[in-house]
Amino acid sequence: MFYREAGDFKTSYQGDSQTFPIKFDRYRYYAVMAFAFLVVPFMINDYWANAILLPFLIYSIAAIGLNILVGYCGQVSLGTGGFMAVGAYAAYKLMTAFPEVSMFIHVILAGGITAVVCVGFGLPSLRIKGFYLAVATLAAQFFLVWLFNRVPWFYNYSASGQINAPERDTFGILITGPNAPAWATYLFCLIFLTVCALIARNLTRGMQGRSWMAIRDMDIAAEIIGVNPLKAKLSAFAVSGFFIGISGALFFSVYLGAVEVGEAFGINKSFLVLFMVIIGGLGSIFGSFAGAGFLVLLPVVLKVFGVDVMGWPTDIVAHFQLVIVGALIIFFLIVEPHGLAQLWRVAKEKLRLWPFPH
Amino acid sequence: MKKTLTTLALGAAMAAGPAMADLVFPDLSYRTGPYAAGGIPFSDGYNDYFTLLNERDGGIGGVPAKVIECETGYNTEKGVECYESTKGEGALIYQPLSTGITYQLIPKVTADNIPLHTMGYGRTSAANGEVFSHVFNYPANYWNGASGVVNHLLEENGGDLSGKKIALVYHNSAYGKEPIRTLEELSKKHGFELVTLPVDHPGQEQKSQWLQIRRERPDNVVMWGWGVMNQVAIQEAANIRFPMENFIGVWWSGAEHDVMSAGAKANGYKAVTFHNVGRDFPVFDDIKTHVSDKGLAAGAGDQIGNVLYNRGMYAAMLAAEAAKTAQEIHGTKDITAAMMRDGMEALVMTEEKMAGLGMPNFGPAFNVSCENHGGPGLVGVTQWDADSQTWSLISDFKATDGEVIGGLIAEDSGAYAAENNIEAGCK
Repeated sequence: MFYREAGDFKTSYQGDSQTFPIKFDRYRYYAVMAFAFLVVPFMINDYWANAILLPFLIYSIAAIGLNILVGYCGQVSLGTGGFMAVGAYAAYKLMTAFPEVSMFIHVILAGGITAVVCVGFGLPSLRIKGFYLAVATLAAQFFLVWLFNRVPWFYNYSASGQINAPERDTFGILITGPNAPAWATYLFCLIFLTVCALIARNLTRGMQGRSWMAIRDMDIAAEIIGVNPLKAKLSAFAVSGFFIGISGALFFSVYLGAVEVGEAFGINKSFLVLFMVIIGGLGSIFGSFAGAGFLVLLPVVLKVFGVDVMGWPTDIVAHFQLVIVGALIIFFLIVEPHGLAQLWRVAKEKLRLWPFPH
Repeated sequence: MKKTLTTLALGAAMAAGPAMADLVFPDLSYRTGPYAAGGIPFSDGYNDYFTLLNERDGGIGGVPAKVIECETGYNTEKGVECYESTKGEGALIYQPLSTGITYQLIPKVTADNIPLHTMGYGRTSAANGEVFSHVFNYPANYWNGASGVVNHLLEENGGDLSGKKIALVYHNSAYGKEPIRTLEELSKKHGFELVTLPVDHPGQEQKSQWLQIRRERPDNVVMWGWGVMNQVAIQEAANIRFPMENFIGVWWSGAEHDVMSAGAKANGYKAVTFHNVGRDFPVFDDIKTHVSDKGLAAGAGDQIGNVLYNRGMYAAMLAAEAAKTAQEIHGTKDITAAMMRDGMEALVMTEEKMAGLGMPNFGPAFNVSCENHGGPGLVGVTQWDADSQTWSLISDFKATDGEVIGGLIAEDSGAYAAENNIEAGCK
């Protein structure tokens, strides 16, 4: 009834090719954006920012980045944790070397540095595919973590090998450090997420995205019809690395504030982001959000329910968390192998026909 | 979705208003994961001591203590979540039992005006209270531990370590890297050779490290391990027939569960400590009557008297004594976190006080001051007896190399102050 194209006439090419062609969808999107930008910052507190919203926003950026590589271009990567570490350490070196520069610039530069590193590790993808590429990116994961542990220059020769984010600002508003207000850190990450999602959405809808998808679906056929695999694969690595680097920089500087590379950016992180992408839906921007939200929120919800509401012992709840999250992952993969994004798509199809399903 | 989130947020914000009825001691514990073997007894001891105070004395100065447990799994992200979710409940003090989480919390607690007590772990240079106003690590820190190990080896070798080779097997994290700097300084001073061997998290795979030890033939092996890494290392040492009496761990590598799995072969393994071991203290009778016999013991209740249980209990006791001190200074029963910090800074532990609490000679007597948040740094040595399955103190609490440690603390805390624009000094 509400959700359909009928009566919504497009009179320009621009109108016809916009991201949300259905009016209802478009207004929902505007409403969500207005709510996120104009309402949430006024009611946010430290707990909501640091425990829920910041990890959700930051993991969403990482998931979008990985989705471009795995979901759109079909290049399996297990190096996300390592690439996030590159972003974090790049941000740290930049923050300590140029304290007067705005955090925006640091984070973007950290993304750029990660993109370069990511392209470097993406070079083998021109020769190897599938599981073999996964192993090559796994090597990147271990190499990068080892490198940041081994070379004291990266952590400014501190005794413990930890990196700590000093207080930095943008336009005079503190973004990092313990005194940064919750709304500022939230908005800072939200702006990055919005821009990244817009870029990703439009890249994947255009020629670039089509050539990635052609490579994903069948690389030999793509080559025959004129897609340059070198350009397509490496650009996917670059864009993906850029987003993952941004998320790593935000993860370290805005969210945690102090990071130990082996613990924060270990192989577990790579798997976590990969699970987000798979559960959310490969090849879907919305899926990246849904997957990140699912894996960030579910443990918190289970904890609040088990410990605060039911009063169960914390260790029982922690074990149940593993069981329930694991069971839900299996359940989703069996019932809906295309992830949460597919559920959303099905729901939209149903909405289109509602209330007359025949 | 977004909407329900915010209604929840509003609810949480309203519910999190300060409830000043109890004295709140959050317990960021870990009863799951590869470090649970150490986390469980510590948390049990911490909980049981406050239960004892509530049951026997009606709380601290008449105000009941409330322990809020939050599971971190030794994971820094969960640690942040735990910190944010408990700080609104009127938390008086944080003891995260994790060096990684400590590094995260140091700037946060300073901004939120809540004290942080990292007993025998965390950032060593926090002993300098002029820079780290809200962080305490009395009665001893990692560098005291490292120096205590070297002092013990000096004693054994007639005061001369020159030409000896000492290997450090360490957890490859901020925790394990802490002692390296001190050991390097001490190796220069005493002329021994230091070999460092990192073990990656979680520490189940140590074959190559012990192969290297076999090749290098060090006179002594020092271990900075935690969790499952300890058991594996002791087993590996037994496998290569490394003499156990030459193998010495820091206080986080010297509990019952670390040595049990190697059986009789672990006999003679040593560890340094900053508090007493065993269950030969009157306080355990009280815990039996007031806590475990009433069925109030935390966890499974099977850890009472273990090394790490004692440490958790000691941590709780120091926190409770600091709360009492704060109540006296400020003349109010309902203390806040800021008052708690003052209480910690004015804490005086004497032999009489500990004897009165049923813990005579449980730890060293010491005073905390604004300049010194690190306590006296006295270190004793314990040894494992596999036949009777007990740890016993073989060397009393002795002073460590204050000259070397003091210099390093001044250097590291100075660097932190410069990095974060902190003006050092006592208010």
